[in-house]
Amino acid sequence: MEYFIIVFGAIFVNNIVLNQFLGICPFLGVSTKVSTGLGMTGAVTFVMAIATMVTYLIQQYVLVPLDITYLQTITFILIIAALVQMVEIILKKVSPALYQALGVYLPLITTNCAILGVAILVIKNEFNLIESVVFAVSTALGFGLALVIFAGIREQMELVDLPKGMRGVPTALVIAGLLSMAFMGFAGLV
Amino acid sequence: MNNMQNFTKGFFKENPVLVQLLGMCPTLGVTSTAMNGLGMGLATTFVLLMSNISISLVKNFIPDKVRMPAYIVIIASFVTVVDLVMSGYLPELHEKLGLFIPLIVVNCIVLGRAEAFASKNGVVSSIFDGLGMGLGFAMALTMLGSVRELIGSLSLFGFKLIDADGILLFILPPGAFLALGFLIAFINHLRKTA
Repeated sequence: MEYFIIVFGAIFVNNIVLNQFLGICPFLGVSTKVSTGLGMTGAVTFVMAIATMVTYLIQQYVLVPLDITYLQTITFILIIAALVQMVEIILKKVSPALYQALGVYLPLITTNCAILGVAILVIKNEFNLIESVVFAVSTALGFGLALVIFAGIREQMELVDLPKGMRGVPTALVIAGLLSMAFMGFAGLV
Repeated sequence: MNNMQNFTKGFFKENPVLVQLLGMCPTLGVTSTAMNGLGMGLATTFVLLMSNISISLVKNFIPDKVRMPAYIVIIASFVTVVDLVMSGYLPELHEKLGLFIPLIVVNCIVLGRAEAFASKNGVVSSIFDGLGMGLGFAMALTMLGSVRELIGSLSLFGFKLIDADGILLFILPPGAFLALGFLIAFINHLRKTA
């Protein structure tokens, strides 16, 4: 039941993009097509789960015992940067097609604030290791859900005749606002 | 390009939020009131200024291949400084900005200016660039915060202007997206007709 609450809360109630405003850059950047959206979700889920696990262990077994928790920000961002680099190298070898599609955005995962945000959030929420990983994966799925719905709507918006100033990002933001409003319907469920 | 241009380009021509569309997360996340927007903007300005200065000073000693991690460490150090100073002297604001203070480290504007400007230019122009971009960011956040606070609770910087309820939606998450969307559309319109 506890896990269900964490999963449901992270995907629907406190959706990372539409409610917490983290990971907006990739949300706006790669959301013009559903297929790239799915690829990005895969990359983010993978990186987020590993990053959260590693940063959690570092926090519990290095930073806290040595009483240097004020180095949290520096340590976490370095770990995440190194991890993303690793994923990039592995992906290049294993799946060149996916690498081609996400190549531009993989380095950007380092500066995807959702990754660092979740790493810090699990510490703040005082989750244990399993809860942290469950939280990270469901947050990434929430990110994916928002991204794919959003990409689907944007694909349709390509065909619409809009006033010049509204084209592109302004429309995208308005759509995100409406989506966010829809997700508010889940508020208070958990 | 002279220093005056380095300074002023951040406000309108190359405004990081309204034109370059960088740093969207804090822009949307903390602007429920004008005061929060201003606080976040100034905190980011400090980090941007200090990291621009340090990076333009040490740029010749950092090997090209490890420059990104090196920049991130420099930026993260200043973010830690801001985090500690704020929690010491402005605990209330620190509480409200919460997660977004450590997240300045992943603000694309800061790393973007380090890579695009400070690593190629001298200290003096980097200072002007950092200040201009930072204050441009602060300006955009304060603008968005003011709009949301005005519509959402009919007040500005905490002062109640009209004694009635506003449109609550504008303080809630959807309002952030809607307000920023229309603000950028307005700026686009101005730029196209100007």
